[in-house]
Amino acid sequence: MDLTLLSSLNRDRATRRASILVTDMATGGQRLVRREDDYASDPLAHEFEKRFRSGKSGAVQSESGDVFMTVSVPAPRLVIIGAVHISQALVPMAKIAGLDVTVIDPRTAFATEDRFPGSTLKAEWPEDVLKETPLDAYTAVAAVTHDPKIDDFPLIEALKTGCFYIGALGSRKTHGKRLERFREAGVDPSCFDQIDAPIGLDIGAASPEEIAVAVLGSVITALRKAPETPA
Amino acid sequence: MPATDKPSIPDVLNTAETWSNSGRFVALATVIETWGSAPRPVGSHLVIDADGNFEGSVSGGCVEGAVVSEAIDVIETGKATTLEFGVADETAWRVGLSCGGRIRVYVEPVI
Repeated sequence: MDLTLLSSLNRDRATRRASILVTDMATGGQRLVRREDDYASDPLAHEFEKRFRSGKSGAVQSESGDVFMTVSVPAPRLVIIGAVHISQALVPMAKIAGLDVTVIDPRTAFATEDRFPGSTLKAEWPEDVLKETPLDAYTAVAAVTHDPKIDDFPLIEALKTGCFYIGALGSRKTHGKRLERFREAGVDPSCFDQIDAPIGLDIGAASPEEIAVAVLGSVITALRKAPETPA
Repeated sequence: MPATDKPSIPDVLNTAETWSNSGRFVALATVIETWGSAPRPVGSHLVIDADGNFEGSVSGGCVEGAVVSEAIDVIETGKATTLEFGVADETAWRVGLSCGGRIRVYVEPVI
């Protein structure tokens, strides 16, 4: 392996950038493909897409010969906006499912260690937290405060950075108003359907705990299932 | 996707870079295929230097010794090679995997 290539790969890993090191098994030739690269015309494009999602390294047989893909993707994160009752149930469940969870709520009465023991908890405005630890394609965002002053900014950020899941609590009516605000703020309406609202799988969830199950189900669906692609 | 405490690639790759940058001659071994029960998944790495120092793993310790000695050859020749280990494959290698699985390991020089 070329040392320069190894350094690039390590830099990508350190900065939560997804990349695939492709090794041609016949020649030993290697190249690095990043998720944000335009690889649509690459014969291996479909395989890249699949592996960026699964994060699995592996051998691939292609028309141009056998290659090995060393896949490096950041650990999936869940950022919950709102230290509310739903979040108290969602945090432990999401941890069990293997997600790296952060809760953000500037309201110090909600964001307390007592309510969220042993969790990554930020009693600050999302604007400030996300400056330090930006969102990315391997992050899911669930905004559950019901308060536009807190929820709107991270939701717009999530749309901009292509978070793999974006969910917003609130009825259809509340969500309609939210989208009006987003439109006024200059957000491209074509990405509105990326927001899961009302939040979570439609399992008739009633209690905060059940809503947490529905939200986690949606996050895992977004993580594991390929989006429907038009034929 | 892996759990958060297990990055998709162990930090062997950082070690490979550090060793290489400090002037050591280095080879990188990667598990590229497994059959049956194999101790380390595809994509696992082992880094080796010319003196036989190593970090990481490609099996539970069963074949590391053989990979290390082969890696020293790879460092000398500068040519990558693919090794295969398995219980049923004793003609090729004196070592095997106790668990009964088989693995293929790609060993390449870092230059």
